[in-house]
Amino acid sequence: MLHVTGEVADRHDAVCVIGAGGCGLAAIKNLREHGFAVDCYERETSVGGAWNWRHDRSPMYASTHLISSRPLTEFPDFPMPDTWPDYPHRSQLLSYLERYAAHFGLGEHIWFGTEVVAVTPAGDGHWDVTTRSTGGGTSRILRYASVVVANGHNWVPKTPAFEGLMTYRGMMIHASAYKNPAQLRGRRVLVIGGGNTGCDIAVEAAQQAATVWHSTRRGYWYVPKYIFGRPADQVNALMQRWRLPLRLRQWLVQRTLRLTLGDTTRYGLPAPDHRPFESHPVVNSQLLYYLAHGRITPVPDVVRFDGGAVELADGRTIDPDLVISATGYLPRFEFLAPELLDTDAEGRPDLHLHAFARRHPTLAVVGLLQGDAGLFPLAHWQSVAVARWLRLRVTDPDRAAAVQQHEANRSARSWSRRRVVPSTRHWFEVGSVAYLRVLEDLLRRLEVA
Amino acid sequence: MRSELLRFDDWVSPVPAVPREVVSALPDGRDEDRPPLLFVPGLCHGAWAFAEHWVDHTATRGFAAYAVSPRDRCDLRTYAHDVIQVAASLPRQAVLVGHGTGALVVARVLGRYPARAAVMAAPVLDGWGAFGAALRANPFGTLPGRLRLGPRQLFGSGLTDAAAAAYLGRLRAPGIRAQVELVRHRAPPRPVGHPPVLVVGSPDDRVVPRSSLDRTAGRYGTAPLLFPGMGHDLMLDTGWVEPIDAILDWLGKELAA
Repeated sequence: MLHVTGEVADRHDAVCVIGAGGCGLAAIKNLREHGFAVDCYERETSVGGAWNWRHDRSPMYASTHLISSRPLTEFPDFPMPDTWPDYPHRSQLLSYLERYAAHFGLGEHIWFGTEVVAVTPAGDGHWDVTTRSTGGGTSRILRYASVVVANGHNWVPKTPAFEGLMTYRGMMIHASAYKNPAQLRGRRVLVIGGGNTGCDIAVEAAQQAATVWHSTRRGYWYVPKYIFGRPADQVNALMQRWRLPLRLRQWLVQRTLRLTLGDTTRYGLPAPDHRPFESHPVVNSQLLYYLAHGRITPVPDVVRFDGGAVELADGRTIDPDLVISATGYLPRFEFLAPELLDTDAEGRPDLHLHAFARRHPTLAVVGLLQGDAGLFPLAHWQSVAVARWLRLRVTDPDRAAAVQQHEANRSARSWSRRRVVPSTRHWFEVGSVAYLRVLEDLLRRLEVA
Repeated sequence: MRSELLRFDDWVSPVPAVPREVVSALPDGRDEDRPPLLFVPGLCHGAWAFAEHWVDHTATRGFAAYAVSPRDRCDLRTYAHDVIQVAASLPRQAVLVGHGTGALVVARVLGRYPARAAVMAAPVLDGWGAFGAALRANPFGTLPGRLRLGPRQLFGSGLTDAAAAAYLGRLRAPGIRAQVELVRHRAPPRPVGHPPVLVVGSPDDRVVPRSSLDRTAGRYGTAPLLFPGMGHDLMLDTGWVEPIDAILDWLGKELAA
């Protein structure tokens, strides 16, 4: 029911959710379960966000599979079919999200083909949300009691400003534009970036391209998808169940990889300059295989482009005709003024638990995390915490204030990864188990008695 | 306190997939807004116990109806896993109807899966209470490892001896581990998603004493709906139509609310 006051339609106690990807869907469901009216805005015409590979903007490539295993990736209250493989394909992920939305009847709360262009404070904790239909159509302004941002952080490609790139005569694309192996067939390919995407594409190039170079800035710990016959993240979970200290887990991973994969510098890879768990895990069983076949040549950082040549940090020059830059993405909240999320000059927002705006109790972000297991369980519990927090503010303001006071004193070290390789890649890096422990503590405080 | 967030059991040793037996009946005109019902039999029964009357009757009243059987060598964890798997495979949020020890499974499932509503029929939630009642009614059949239920425990006097004997012949005793679990288990978790809960039973049930019914209902903030004269197996006894009609009437009211 809309009550139009001037040109702003007041939605009273309703919550605005931005984005209907996996995290946005979890937010809608959990807010609805806590009794909130919800309007969700999604710029595409269907759910799934980044997993919605049928839409042009999706960064997915044809062969994308999960890198965390099914039990550590599914929503805690809506498991994936147990007959699915340990590492499902992107098409299964999309159908899973579509079924989740249908099962909980979320579709009727989503406005598809509608983009949020501005979110501004309207006083008293309320927000004015300006939406526009994506066809460039009409725009309108609605007022909400709270806003939950679930816009995803893998949309805006981050490409380093390489020297001489303008002179490069070959083709340069970001990994988000890589869709299928036909793009690689018979070409001389340089893949830049040692993350999961870079390794996946290097492996596909090894199967399709004439020549493959893989440029990484440093050595990484390449974790195979299976260790001791179990998905690697399940082994990691086992170590954490036993509450092994981080140092011991690092040592065990190092020993296990050393015993099973051996010395990776034999393949020409640099030795890792950090310990396991100090960079986002790279899960790939095939990279070393193709390195061992000589199908992939590991190379160091790119220094400059010059016509048809690419100069490397070790002085070598190579001549790829296709460069794929798998150098990641940057978060972008173009509809929010930077100070609302305490975003610094580099574009890094500073949020409590990477979720709650520090100075705006009715503004939260869900899913802005990089864990060492799947994202959906984290996003689920984050959105339960957001829903309980918003509910408690209404039902028991005194207790809400007490919780806020307590949270203000919670040290960031308890929930964010302490030591990581400094990079935008690791802005939102958390240990999933440590993060869930803190979230559980918060959830208990927010529990409505 | 047990963590709901850190599910190491499921992360470290996921329940293996098995083919599940699910029987179903769909109503003629599909009303997409009506939630499906999923019947969860106790460990001694199978989907057949609901397929006998309740599944078809539910469909004739306009709700899609499903019943799942416990897998071989079932325990509470694997059974709860199977029920959630079946519930999540349904097109809409399901209403869970657990009978006997199936109600205990439903109570567990409610801690994880936000059901649209839940019904506990003759629920064996209070393990020691049921154990005591079973000892009084059938001392030898209650010995650990050789659980055997008698006809007077499960059925009222209306059911013919032949019919009762045929049903008894289809019962299977669960494994010893599951039997121990039924008596000794931790208290069921608090339901997620605030589903409405209905408890139905009979004051003449020789498995679940009246005091247990009251305790279970009290746990969910309600009072039991009683069907005097019936035995424990509400879905098989002669008066089977009354409890299922009452359940569906209640559900209709809850959905309208």
